[in-house]
Amino acid sequence: MSNYRINIMVCGGTGCLASEGDKVIRNLELILKARGYDKEVQVVKTGCFGFCEQGPIIKIHPDNVFYVKVKPQDAKEIIDEHIIKGRKVERLLYEEPNMQKKIEEHENMPFYQKQLRVALRNCGLVNPEDIHEYIAFDGYAALGKVLTKMTPDEVIEEIQQSGLRGRGGGGFPTGLKWKFTRQSKADQKYIICNADEGDPGAFMDRSILEGDPHSVLESMAIAGYAIGADYGYIYIRAEYPLAIERLNVAIKQAREAGLLGKDLFGTGFNFDIDIKYGAGAFVCGEETALIHSLEGKRGEPTYKPPYPAESGYKGMPTSVNNVETFANIPPIILKGAKWFSSIGSEKSKGTKVFALAGKVNNVGLVEVPMGITLREIIYDIGGGIQHGKKFKAVQTGGPSGGVITEKDLDTPIDYESLMGIGSMMGSGGMIVMDEDNCMVNIAKFYLEFTMEESCGRCTPCRVGTKRMYEILQKITDGEGSMDDLQNLKELSHMIKGSSLCGLGQTAPNPVLSTMHFFWDEYVAHVNDKHCPTGECTGLAKYKIIPEKCVGCTACARVCPVDCIEGEVKKVHVIDESRCIKCGACFNTCKFSAIVKP
Amino acid sequence: MQIKSLDELKKIRENSLKKVNLRQTGESDSPHTEILVGMSTCGIASGARETLNALVEEVNNNNLMDVKVIQVGCIGLCHSEPIVQVNRPNEKPVVYGKIDAQTGREIIKEHIINGKVLDQYVIDADFARP
Repeated sequence: MSNYRINIMVCGGTGCLASEGDKVIRNLELILKARGYDKEVQVVKTGCFGFCEQGPIIKIHPDNVFYVKVKPQDAKEIIDEHIIKGRKVERLLYEEPNMQKKIEEHENMPFYQKQLRVALRNCGLVNPEDIHEYIAFDGYAALGKVLTKMTPDEVIEEIQQSGLRGRGGGGFPTGLKWKFTRQSKADQKYIICNADEGDPGAFMDRSILEGDPHSVLESMAIAGYAIGADYGYIYIRAEYPLAIERLNVAIKQAREAGLLGKDLFGTGFNFDIDIKYGAGAFVCGEETALIHSLEGKRGEPTYKPPYPAESGYKGMPTSVNNVETFANIPPIILKGAKWFSSIGSEKSKGTKVFALAGKVNNVGLVEVPMGITLREIIYDIGGGIQHGKKFKAVQTGGPSGGVITEKDLDTPIDYESLMGIGSMMGSGGMIVMDEDNCMVNIAKFYLEFTMEESCGRCTPCRVGTKRMYEILQKITDGEGSMDDLQNLKELSHMIKGSSLCGLGQTAPNPVLSTMHFFWDEYVAHVNDKHCPTGECTGLAKYKIIPEKCVGCTACARVCPVDCIEGEVKKVHVIDESRCIKCGACFNTCKFSAIVKP
Repeated sequence: MQIKSLDELKKIRENSLKKVNLRQTGESDSPHTEILVGMSTCGIASGARETLNALVEEVNNNNLMDVKVIQVGCIGLCHSEPIVQVNRPNEKPVVYGKIDAQTGREIIKEHIINGKVLDQYVIDADFARP
């Protein structure tokens, strides 16, 4: 009997699998079989639900019940109580922290209420390894419609009308990119899917590929038809093994179903796709560097123009589009440009997926209409700052973006407005920082990343980021001077103005933007040799307050360099000359007798 | 099988829909009929599982896409188990008692498809709370 009465959807995204999601699935299946319910109840491994903070996640249909933080040993209770007897397992329901109320349906969770899922529409809903489930939710219908009822120019017109812009971060109008590539005359053209997601903290492309790989394949074929290409490459980083595995399964199934290969829908249009692995270099997200890597050369950018639309892969016209951009295409074709352009703000249409991370309560993947404010994302969807601390800043755009502070939290998010407040959309990483984060340290973290990821081709980026990093290191070690701050500013403008590609041109942004908003913090590091948050270990001076110390010896016992002296029940003292500022004593003291500046 | 036309894709879609029609999508807030089956110990002991499976099978056989069969716990009328409750949009819920697999199939045919309540199985369960 294939008539299952219950579907148990278990998240099979990397996040949930890392917390033993696969064991949950195995246990559920084994227990269902043992109880004799395996013919009535189906366990489906699906894509990311986005609520990674609460994983592994299980959703049960048609009961519409959402369980969070499920452990492998919970499988028995879920089957025996919920599946066999219809009683919900209360303790596994999500509890809303602000209202302290258990919520069954995920539609009612604040985390989901303000979301609108277009690119992530099938994630958590279909089994990504079953093409039939994708087809059931209108999969490949857009490709069929395009091939049988639309001309390539009509397809491009529709995408242009929708206002869809590149979701990889650049925000270039997708329809226009296709139009340029279509206009280039050549015997052979290519479609490339950019799945080299390198922004630290962003994982929406991975989740789409893991949760809904067919939507990307379908869109690539649509793009191929639009620009006149019969071959596509997916350039994906090799450290996304699960996404690669699901893509391979999806490509095989699509070929078997005749949805990739020759003569699609009997129209004579051919399209096939191959996967190419990247080694995970950040610069390979830049399209010219990506193309070089794809050709087997060094992943280094070259000067544009010529743009890939004229001369790309193997010198042929090529359209490079991001995973999330592709995931938006089928709904636009099926529901129309008007529907899509009705969502979002004036210049930025549709939705954007953000990877919400850092000091926020609900870490995860969220998809929201453009034009929503940062405050809504952080406080309504994200559930506010962890442990009731104070919000300090949010970093968007990763190593290319900047920080946004409290005063700009009500800015509606779109490409232009984020640029206007000194940050950028980027690929959608959103890292929330609280009062404990040192902004100089954050800038140093991003600079270290861009320094290491600089491909070395142009001098400003290769040498400049290194020098900037050294200066920041000096400042956080307490050896900086006001001249260093001046140099840092000058270097930043020089690198921005003279680097070859986007990596270098944007690398100084985190420094410039933190200097702009948190100048005082930089000055404190330089003039007072003081880190206001205490995060810079080089500047920390741990002290014991004699009045509070009870002489419990706990700190002396954990000190790795034995620099705390004192007898039992007598006041202890830290020998600052030997202290390595590890903070072990601070974390151990139960009497708040140890302070860091 | 190779898909060579929109019609073939449509056919595959229709066949595949059964596999996923239990799942609620973000968009499917359209009103649908719910059939609730009491599946606590009392229900199971009097054969509710057979009833439930018969209902699911019949829903599938008739391609009733907007009907969801959901198992629930005990409503306190254990003497009348297996209990089946039909909630149709904008109608008062109807509660049936002592429904075996055969009468379950009848409910689908008469009540769900033809809209005719099977009076002889209806039990008096008033949901109005004072």
